[in-house]
Amino acid sequence: MSQTVETTAVAAESPKNSPTGVRPISWKYPITYAILAVLGLIFALTNPAGGRTHFRMASAGDFFEIPIIELPSRPAGWVLAAVLLALAAFAFRQAARRARTGLWLPLLFGVLFVLAFLVWAGADRGAVIPLVTMLTGALALSVPLIFGAMCGLVGERSGVINIAIEAQLLAGAFLAAVAASVFTNAYMGLLFSPLAGAMVGAVLVFFSVRYQVNQIIVGVVLNVLIIGLTGFLFSTALSDNPGLWNTRQQLPELPIPLLSQIPVLGPVLFDQTILVYLMYVLVAVLNVFLFRSRWGLRTRAVGEHPKAADTVGIKVNRMRVYNVILAGGIAGLGGSFFTIGQGLAFGKEMSAGAGFIALAAMILGRWNPIGAVLAALLFGFSTSLGNVLAAIGTPVPSEALLMLPYVITIFAVAGFVGRIRPPAANGTPYVK
Amino acid sequence: MTDSGSQPGTSPAQTSKQEGPWAEAEGRLSRALRDLGQTSWLVTVLSVVVALVVGAVLILGANEQVQGSLSYFFAQPTDFLETSFQVLREAYSSLFRGAVFDWQASSVERAIRPLTETMVYSVPLILAGLGIAIGFRSGMLNIGGQGQIILGATSAGFLGYALSLPVGLHVLLALAGGIIGGAIWGGIAGVLKARTGANEVIVTIMLNNIAIYLLAWLLKQEWFKQTGSNQPLSSSVDDSAQLFSLLGPGFRLHAGFLIAILATVFVWWLLERSTIGFEFRAIGENPEAARTAGINVTKATALVLIVAGGLAGLGGAAHVLGTEYRIAGGIAGSLGFDAITVALLGRSKPLGTFLAGLLLGGLRAGGVLMQAQTGTPIDIVLVLQAVIVLMIAAPPLVRTIFFLPRADGRPRLRKNRRRAQAGGADESASRESTLATASSGSAPTTTQEADK
Amino acid sequence: MKLELRGVTKRFGSFTANDRISLTVEPGEIHALLGENGAGKSTLMNTIYGLYAPDEGEIRLDDEPVSFNGPGDAVAAGIGMVHQHFMLIPVFTVTESVALGYEPTRAAGIMDMKQAREKVLEISGRFGFDVDPDARIEDLPVGAQQRVEIIKALSRDAKVLILDEPTAVLTPQETDELITIMGQLRDSGTSIVFITHKLREVRAVADRITVIRRGAVVGETTPKSTETELAGLMVGREVNLTTAKEPAVPGDVSFSVQGLTVLSPMDKVVVDNVDLEVRRGEILVIAGVDGNGQSELAQAILGIREPVAGRILLDDQDLAPLSVKQRLAAGLGFVPEDRSTDGVIGAFTVTENYVLDMYDTAPYAGGPGNVALRLPVMRKAAQTQAERFDVRMGSVDAPISTLSGGNQQKVVLAREMSRDLRLFVASQPTRGLDVGSIEFVHRTVIEERDKGTPCVIVSTELDEALNLADRIAVMYRGRIVGIVPVTTSRDVLGLMMAGVPLEEAKQQAATHHTMLSEADEMAEAEENK
Repeated sequence: MSQTVETTAVAAESPKNSPTGVRPISWKYPITYAILAVLGLIFALTNPAGGRTHFRMASAGDFFEIPIIELPSRPAGWVLAAVLLALAAFAFRQAARRARTGLWLPLLFGVLFVLAFLVWAGADRGAVIPLVTMLTGALALSVPLIFGAMCGLVGERSGVINIAIEAQLLAGAFLAAVAASVFTNAYMGLLFSPLAGAMVGAVLVFFSVRYQVNQIIVGVVLNVLIIGLTGFLFSTALSDNPGLWNTRQQLPELPIPLLSQIPVLGPVLFDQTILVYLMYVLVAVLNVFLFRSRWGLRTRAVGEHPKAADTVGIKVNRMRVYNVILAGGIAGLGGSFFTIGQGLAFGKEMSAGAGFIALAAMILGRWNPIGAVLAALLFGFSTSLGNVLAAIGTPVPSEALLMLPYVITIFAVAGFVGRIRPPAANGTPYVK
Repeated sequence: MTDSGSQPGTSPAQTSKQEGPWAEAEGRLSRALRDLGQTSWLVTVLSVVVALVVGAVLILGANEQVQGSLSYFFAQPTDFLETSFQVLREAYSSLFRGAVFDWQASSVERAIRPLTETMVYSVPLILAGLGIAIGFRSGMLNIGGQGQIILGATSAGFLGYALSLPVGLHVLLALAGGIIGGAIWGGIAGVLKARTGANEVIVTIMLNNIAIYLLAWLLKQEWFKQTGSNQPLSSSVDDSAQLFSLLGPGFRLHAGFLIAILATVFVWWLLERSTIGFEFRAIGENPEAARTAGINVTKATALVLIVAGGLAGLGGAAHVLGTEYRIAGGIAGSLGFDAITVALLGRSKPLGTFLAGLLLGGLRAGGVLMQAQTGTPIDIVLVLQAVIVLMIAAPPLVRTIFFLPRADGRPRLRKNRRRAQAGGADESASRESTLATASSGSAPTTTQEADK
Repeated sequence: MKLELRGVTKRFGSFTANDRISLTVEPGEIHALLGENGAGKSTLMNTIYGLYAPDEGEIRLDDEPVSFNGPGDAVAAGIGMVHQHFMLIPVFTVTESVALGYEPTRAAGIMDMKQAREKVLEISGRFGFDVDPDARIEDLPVGAQQRVEIIKALSRDAKVLILDEPTAVLTPQETDELITIMGQLRDSGTSIVFITHKLREVRAVADRITVIRRGAVVGETTPKSTETELAGLMVGREVNLTTAKEPAVPGDVSFSVQGLTVLSPMDKVVVDNVDLEVRRGEILVIAGVDGNGQSELAQAILGIREPVAGRILLDDQDLAPLSVKQRLAAGLGFVPEDRSTDGVIGAFTVTENYVLDMYDTAPYAGGPGNVALRLPVMRKAAQTQAERFDVRMGSVDAPISTLSGGNQQKVVLAREMSRDLRLFVASQPTRGLDVGSIEFVHRTVIEERDKGTPCVIVSTELDEALNLADRIAVMYRGRIVGIVPVTTSRDVLGLMMAGVPLEEAKQQAATHHTMLSEADEMAEAEENK
């Protein structure tokens, strides 16, 4: 009941003896902005005089052609650096007045900083920066992350920590490939993949709810188990008879009329496979249901204070079982992206740590669907950027960008990006 | 918690003073503990059996002969059974021959070589496992063995070929570099947890991935990788930095095994007999009480992961300096995750971890021969090890599978899991699940088991 | 609705928490269930509420036997419960909290928040509760949270309402309000089961009283019984409700707190500019309702919470720059308020708990830098002290969690008293203990005082404060409302606990007696007769 103690203390705070002025102002955000702005300045300074940076805004099947945009590197760099500095100054002012800044500031700052970086990185490289391709790649890379993050979120909101997202993605990828190959129909893969993820979820919840085994440990072990299992099957059956078990199948792209014709955004968002459209629906539905439906209310109750949920007749463990299995299905579906979503045959450990980045996205998004999606997009974008940079050859090593999601997450859990508050009963088995 | 409970010479004094439910609880407790002494070994053995059965199903399922005989199972079931038996015998006997003793070998040297191979594989597993175990005992789930091993191996390896030093000094310096590399990687998580409360599970997972990319980047750098090669591979460590061979050129067994033994003894002393270990265990069991008692929880928390990382780093160093000699992208393999298995299997106790490391090393060594001789992919070892841990983590499940009675001899009742509010009244349920989480989400309660 | 228990037995392993308990609660009756901590009251109520299944016996509602497979069934049958630790989710709004489990929904399971909100407003209007349906639970004071719990029960049409130690977190005046609400509910036909270990409340509120001890019913009585009789029934022997002590012989001021301010992790002021002076050989009790900054004050004295302003002086030595370890070494004895989370480490042995704050000093540690534990020395010392403090246990090598709460607290006291103290601070040292252990703790504290040690005791129980203190400091919202002698009346103290300054409190108390103090006066008059 320390909660209650704290609560009264909070209520006890009378307006006239406001604590403002007692604690020092937190300068970490403005300082971060300032450092990045200075970095932007350095980009501007080191841009070659008279250099040009080219951006391609078009993709192959565009309705109308957009010409390649050519920017003079140095002036563009200066403009961007100036705006960045101004934004940083604004952040300082807000901090000094202890005022909050909206979400727009980090978003705008981030976009401009990336632009400044791209202008610098692409200056006089002789290569064109394929902006649309990069964004399409970012979205594609985000797909399994978003599914994975939604999976983690549904489980953790009801109090079950899921470290096995990686395993669920991998299992989904495996079964999607096998089912699609056997039926020679990618949609069959889509149909089967949730089963694989759900089965992993079922094992997770079986051990953590029925036997109260530490959920993190079950998760870690499940990752090993699924890597071993899929690896074993890949090396035996799938390799012995790839024609039957492991042929490539691809979900077709289904451009949405009109919407897909919007320049830049259209091809990125609306010329996708059904899997991506399912993802849009999933995120929207989860966001509504988690906060406004009976299921959502109960799920959150079970994850925050299971005993309280029990006293109003909610079956805590049943709720957790259903949620974790459902979540597993979501991750399994996401896993199908690796195989049928990209038109690839199954390969060993092909999820390559995406489950862990999904976990990171969920945390960075603070267990909130929209937040998790934004974090996943950020991570997808940084990877996509890394790939592009590796292709056009820049001084920044692509590994640095590939590391970025993990570094950001460490900063986030270290409390740098606001207070992270997981569901209170997360990871705690419920025993009456 | 400590061994002091079972120390020889401690007489159970004052038993006459008991009264009320506490006396009964005490009586049942000691009985449960006695039972546990026997059943936990039984559970371990049975868990291995379950794993082997699961493995058998996989081996049979993947075998074409068996599939063939299955197609006419109803016509001639003996055929299927016979083939299955043959396949399994071949697979598991090669696993055994690869891990312990090869009776088909041409010479004595070759016959005993598998055991030494097991020891070779076990060195990094034991060392890193000890690191993970220290974390468990201190209430921290260190998933970062992988990253710590990578950093340890990278530092040790780099020092091993970049420097030229006299024989003894070089290897010591390289090992120290490994320890420091791992300790830094563990220390990042430790300091962040201590200072900001950042969850060590998340931070160590992230650090694992960062370590992978860091190594990938290093292996592209001219000053780091092997000169005059495009391969992402480092040079070979100098002879002066290699861990010396214990049994001569016919064997790969190296001094790393001695280091593993020493580390095991050291960790035992640290946890059970030193004030530092007292602090570690105290913050693991109850950080609030530890803080109230004046223990510097911040310092101890950081120190736990520094020590844990150092041990894992030492494991990585021994792996490079004794076995691999070169750093490649996959230098750590799955050692970091295997180490978690080892610590769990060893119930976070030093000796247990040592033995568990040997067991897993044996599976690895045997798996290699099994793959070579029967074509069974070595991935099956991962499956075996995962199943073993799952089973060990849930003793009641093992009991159910083998129709064993409950640990306390009472019949199995459905509603028996409810715990008493009166303290200590029904510890059998909690005592049974070794790894059941305590009230805090992240700390594994290995203590229930460790009580004895 | 009539609630009847017949021979209800609940066992946990070989421990019988409830032994053939029978009792009847008539419709429209306030039935008090009186018993010591650990007597089995809460177990019994959880059994009625469907959280536990009884091993034997039956529960009857309006003469029909019922069996509950979970709280949902109990609620459906018309039983509501307000738990001692509120079953509210801190991040939910009041509306969400009330709706949980019985959500009005529209299509596709989307909640009808409007309807849920109206329900909250309707019930809180009926009883004159002032509760904002959109407030978040964690922002509400404890009294309001309790009202949310009552709304929750009533929104499910509870005909039997169980209140588990509802007054533990309330001031006497708030308790009065609760008693009024209970009266309203009774008059509207609700049966109320009122669980408590406080004799005075029982006599002021109950229509009938059932006393249980060690899991069994030991008597049924009416509020007419005297406190001494009730206490005798509850404890099973004659008890002195007050601990005998010599008047204090205070010496010089040796411990003082000056202008101390402490913030919560959320940057709220929880200890607000507190000044205190404690003399040698004096017990200062800090009274107040739980959560008014007393715990934080004690933690700041120990050093596990850093103050943002102020000084803590012990014999002219400023403690502020010292670590917890250094403060303990300087002669601070500290008993934390929550034994199981702060006082002992459950899985550690009695020995290890005994040396918990001395393990790295001689004679318990040796070797270079005192790095090695000396187990035999530790065991021997623990053994000796355990005998001195009469700790009932199997052996010093048993995990301390196998000891009863009272014996665990004795180990904590033995540990703290084994050093030469210059200051003794205890936070709620008797919470959750049985009467025998409470007496022991009180005697030990008084002994320490008589040795000349300044003592600071935080207590939320007014009885304990009046019993133990030489002076009482009342704390409210982080501030010291006043420091008063022990002769101050309960009503005045109660008002001070609600933040009313001393003089004003005296005036108010003179014109308005609480029901509790009226009952008290009646009882005194009776006993004097």
